[in-house]
Amino acid sequence: MEQQEVMGKVVDILRPFVKNPTALTTISMDTSILKDLKVNSARLVDIVLEIEDAFGIAVTDEAADQVKTVGDAVSLILKTKA
Amino acid sequence: MTTSERVVVTGLGVLAPNAHGLAAFAGALREGKSGIAFHQHLADANFGCQVGGIPQNVDTLQKVYLTDEELLAMNPNMIYAAIAALDAFKDAGLERKPADLDEVDWDTGAIIGTGIGGIDTIAEKLAPKTDAGKVNRLGSTMVEQIMSSGNSARVAGLLGLGNQVTTNSSACNTGTEAVVDAFFRIREGRAKRMLAGGSEGHSKYIWAGFDAMKVLNRTKNATPTEASRPMSASAAGFIPGSGAGVLMLESLTSAKERGARIYAEVLGGFVNCGGHRMGGSMTAPNPTSVQRCIQGAVAMAGIRPEQIGAINGHLTATFADPHEVANWQKALGLAPDKMPLIHSTKSLIGHALGAAGGIECVASILELHHGFVHGSINCDDLHPSLTAFASRIPHHTVEVPNLEIIAKASFGFGDVNGCVIFRKF
Repeated sequence: MEQQEVMGKVVDILRPFVKNPTALTTISMDTSILKDLKVNSARLVDIVLEIEDAFGIAVTDEAADQVKTVGDAVSLILKTKA
Repeated sequence: MTTSERVVVTGLGVLAPNAHGLAAFAGALREGKSGIAFHQHLADANFGCQVGGIPQNVDTLQKVYLTDEELLAMNPNMIYAAIAALDAFKDAGLERKPADLDEVDWDTGAIIGTGIGGIDTIAEKLAPKTDAGKVNRLGSTMVEQIMSSGNSARVAGLLGLGNQVTTNSSACNTGTEAVVDAFFRIREGRAKRMLAGGSEGHSKYIWAGFDAMKVLNRTKNATPTEASRPMSASAAGFIPGSGAGVLMLESLTSAKERGARIYAEVLGGFVNCGGHRMGGSMTAPNPTSVQRCIQGAVAMAGIRPEQIGAINGHLTATFADPHEVANWQKALGLAPDKMPLIHSTKSLIGHALGAAGGIECVASILELHHGFVHGSINCDDLHPSLTAFASRIPHHTVEVPNLEIIAKASFGFGDVNGCVIFRKF
């Protein structure tokens, strides 16, 4: 699965949790999930669950804790699926 | 600290089974429009009572009031509370400030109660996944939906409230108790404004226990609008309802300072418990405590009983209705034909449990404001014990332009009582 395709799916997963929708228009790998998209930090648990379901992977708590940006999520998915 | 602030009502919000919004709700009350309908999901679950009151078109409405992100963690109880509270805030002429302004309104709080709360979330999501060993699949949204204070907590976040924010719970007395408690908080000078009322969801899990107790009417599934029959000889139990009713209570000083429109003044309020003694129990009211509650509210209001123009009773359509009317009569000390007009909003919307007092307080204020008393439907066959009161129980809406004072009371499981006295301002 290509990076761009994974990123597209990640953005779709993030979309309902985003409290600053305008940030979605300029989203990039460097976009911070909490600071830029204003996602409630408690919802990271739900986002990880959706990523696990969408990509058929298991994400450890330690790995999830390292996800700060969209790029972090995409990298984690690609690495775990490899 | 001032301890005798006068308290007024400056805003109202209502989401009821028969209407959403003040104009529509006032119209529904006037027209005697029932919000009771047959619900297939109750039949599928083999309920004896398969009818109930559920607000309409909420799937569409909720998207007008709430973002997708907010709705991710909201069950119907919370959604109903939010819609009614946002409406009350706006109706009070207050501006909802964007969250990114990062401002807190320290002078405004909320007491929005619920009787049962988020048991639907527990039954549909929390319990099945927990029992299946999938706690790690529950996600982050369970606690805020099942904590008893979920409804008021969400409202606080939507409006940036910084005064006391809490959820009270006293069964069917919840909404009225919230109004009384908020009244006292403002009266004591601890808040300028308080959103006050109640909300309740509509899940089969909320209603199943009542059906099992056989306190719901199971004889009118084919004719839902005839099912809720307070004060009738053929009353055979209440009809479950849901929704939310929220009032903006405000100190008179604050209301005048900002030039707010004032619907009514809260003259007095009283809450108590019968202690499950003297005829009271977990499920039945102690008559003495009911009378003390009514008399306490009237005394605090500083009015004479004959000044009360109307009673918006608890009146659910159980065996207790004639006893309730008798308690009103004893408490007020008036001859039956000199009693205030007696009516039941539950005849139109069912019994919305923890939301009932809130919705019915909104109804009472609208009646004062517009000068009418709505009719109680489905009691053409008045209970024989109420014959002496027949002239005081309107079956159709009556115009009462000089309606000045209305008494609203709720009585709940746990032998708890609440009464509030409103005067047109």
